Amino acid sequence: MSFLDRTTRAFLLTELFQGLAVTLRYMFKPKVTINYPYEKGPLSPRFRGEHALRRYANGEERCIACKLCEAICPAQAITIEPEPRSDGSRRARRYDLDMTKCIYCGLCQEACPVDAIVEGPNFEYATETRAELMYNKSKLLANGDRWEVELAFRIAADAPYR
Amino acid sequence: MPKLTIDGREIEVEAGMTIIQAADQLGIEIPRFCYHERLAIAGNCRMCLVEVEKMPKPVASCAMPVGEGMVVKTNTPGIRKARQGVMEFLLLNHPLDCPICDQGGECDLQDQAMAYGSDTGRCQEGKRAVPDKDYGPLVQTMMTRCIQCTRCVRFISEIAGTPVLGGLGRGEHMEITRYVNAAVSSELSGNLIDLCPVGALTNKPASYTYRSWELKKTESVDAMDALGASIRIDTRGNEVIRVLPRVNEDVNEEWLSDRSRFACDGLKRQRLDRPYVRKDGKLVAVTWPEALAAIAARLKGLNGSKIAAIAGDQADAETMVAYKDLLASLGSAHLDCRQDGAALDPSVRASYLFNSTAVGIEQADALLLIGVNPRKEAPVLNARIRKRWQKGGFKVARIGHKGDLTYKYEHLGDEASVLKDIAEGKHPFFEVLKNAAKPALIIGQGALSRADGAILLGLARKLADAAGLVGDGWNGFNVLQTAAARVGGLDLGFVPQSGGKDVAGILDSAGKGEVEVVFLLGADEVEMAALGKAFVVYQGTHGDAGAHRADVILPGAAYTEKSATYVNLEGRAQQTRLAVFPPGEAKEDWRIVRALSDALGKSLAYDSLKSVRERLVRASPVFAVIGEVTPAVWGAVFGTEGTPAGGALVSNIDNFYMTDPISRASKTMAECTAAFGGGCNHKHKKTGTHG
Repeated sequence: MSFLDRTTRAFLLTELFQGLAVTLRYMFKPKVTINYPYEKGPLSPRFRGEHALRRYANGEERCIACKLCEAICPAQAITIEPEPRSDGSRRARRYDLDMTKCIYCGLCQEACPVDAIVEGPNFEYATETRAELMYNKSKLLANGDRWEVELAFRIAADAPYR
Repeated sequence: MPKLTIDGREIEVEAGMTIIQAADQLGIEIPRFCYHERLAIAGNCRMCLVEVEKMPKPVASCAMPVGEGMVVKTNTPGIRKARQGVMEFLLLNHPLDCPICDQGGECDLQDQAMAYGSDTGRCQEGKRAVPDKDYGPLVQTMMTRCIQCTRCVRFISEIAGTPVLGGLGRGEHMEITRYVNAAVSSELSGNLIDLCPVGALTNKPASYTYRSWELKKTESVDAMDALGASIRIDTRGNEVIRVLPRVNEDVNEEWLSDRSRFACDGLKRQRLDRPYVRKDGKLVAVTWPEALAAIAARLKGLNGSKIAAIAGDQADAETMVAYKDLLASLGSAHLDCRQDGAALDPSVRASYLFNSTAVGIEQADALLLIGVNPRKEAPVLNARIRKRWQKGGFKVARIGHKGDLTYKYEHLGDEASVLKDIAEGKHPFFEVLKNAAKPALIIGQGALSRADGAILLGLARKLADAAGLVGDGWNGFNVLQTAAARVGGLDLGFVPQSGGKDVAGILDSAGKGEVEVVFLLGADEVEMAALGKAFVVYQGTHGDAGAHRADVILPGAAYTEKSATYVNLEGRAQQTRLAVFPPGEAKEDWRIVRALSDALGKSLAYDSLKSVRERLVRASPVFAVIGEVTPAVWGAVFGTEGTPAGGALVSNIDNFYMTDPISRASKTMAECTAAFGGGCNHKHKKTGTHG
């Protein structure tokens, strides 16, 4: 019986038409692929991308070199050297972040008491050389300046859930 | 002896003790801020509340004496609630700036807030702010963080004996401040930083440069003065960040002098990090083989009697014994470790030790200070003398420079002739010493390094015998050394061998050209101009006076950079530990001597630290007992007879903050000298770092 059934299906090409039916059905459904890089998918406000050091509204850098991010970083990607600045406040002389070591766990931004180090929405920072991925303080501050509007929005959006 | 129960455990303690002390004996931890076992009880933080049966309210355990049959509970829900209330009050005005506070990570308030603090505050009002005070170049203040425990006030008035701090105002307006607008000029001011349970007083030179959790801690021994305090060296990478005292009841309790604590930044400056040879009048950097070859070339064919060695104040015993053996193989008898020319008798050990020991001085009931300023020469030991003085029944008299020692004393005069009068029993203080049960005297290097030092030493011994300073189980004859290397050098015999010359003799003959090669082992305090045309080999750590004069410089390791043996002023052999590596091409000192001996073709018979230490033990059994005092036998006669010359007896320490190459290179110590004037400036002389 099963022999007869199988042979009939093979000659009538039913499986082929079933497959074509699926194809036809999807032709009329909305597309799930996007035309990257011209189109981009949505990102959660919690997305952990490239790091940035933020500033206060008056332009003062937030980081106080407390070294909590350095202490908590499981990949030991962060190196900080604190110093008393000429006005007596505690600031980082050096804030180095090795992006090749970073595992994007987000613990640094969790540890930061002043919301200075954050992981922003940017994930498009591939480089041609390794050296370019050794971020220093000025690079991180520049990131912060470029992304500040978005960073502030993301923190505000996530605030109710914290 | 009352018996009480704490948390269901019975303990019998001495009457008069408080509950917190009894709990400490049982190992039951009661949180505290103001209570400190070495300070008077204040009872003002209220953190140590406990419940005592039949008492209506919680009591502060630090101030409540134990009673017979007391039943104490330290961990009930009620007590937790009471402590949470206290913590809430303490945090009302605390800024909670832990991320930028140097105390963060080692803060009592932070730790206890984890146990008793609330996650949110209920107080809507603003916090108070207190203006910061200027406590000088060592102690950074952030008075807003202060919780008014008054530990600093009690320390500075009780232990340090310079009562310059106090609390002004009351209630919320209370502030800890100075009485007059001046820096806290105590030689022990660094201990305020350790005592402060919060971040109100922190380490100024190291402020904002470290976090406590990233430092590597190495337990070692101090070599900045002869007391040999137990220290902990905190390092990050190859950099010494800070030096802290360790508890050692026999030596320093838990205090440390400011020079020992803050001169560590001198370890990073002016260091000799490669060998140098003087070519055409200029020092040129060379490799190790070239430097050793230069010495070998100069020594070639030279008679041993034309070679000499002088050890400095921070030379370690291993290096000195290696040099001693090297000079013996070269046929030289001219070596000395007393670069100030102190008339110490190396043949009688009791003549150069602090025989009472640091702990023992607390039992003395009469004390004569001869040409010594213990406050500048050994501040931690001076705190012990003050501790003894505070107990009462302690007569102190002093011959020599008049100045504040933080306790009252009778000034008998400046001249050495007073000592002669006392020794001969013509002075009333002789009777005081004779009638005392445990009389003691302390004679300083200032007296012994005078031209008539041997006579003064002889007079002191005569006095010790005549007034009964030495008796059963008590030896009140004390020499206060100021150099960490001195006792070790004398113990192992780094002194003129038979027919050899002492420091004065070496300098004299070097000037005349009779001694042609002089090895300076970190000796920077000798008169460099007196060396004449001699070929000087300087082995040391810093570009100080010796390095400027040197023809060959061999860069050595400082006391934080090697495992080395020092014998402290009591005769206690102690070993330092390597905390960081020597800079650049600098090497452990005894290894340099070992390499030099090879270059000279007189190879020394040891290749490892272990075998050098075995050699040390053969030189003196003192080095076999590490960490314990090896007492000296009293009996042999030392010193010379005679009449002392005139002139006032003065301490040999001119500027407390700058006594050795490390502290002279230290920026912090320079700031202290500028701020405090270095103390008694009675014989200011220029050093190698004066421009």
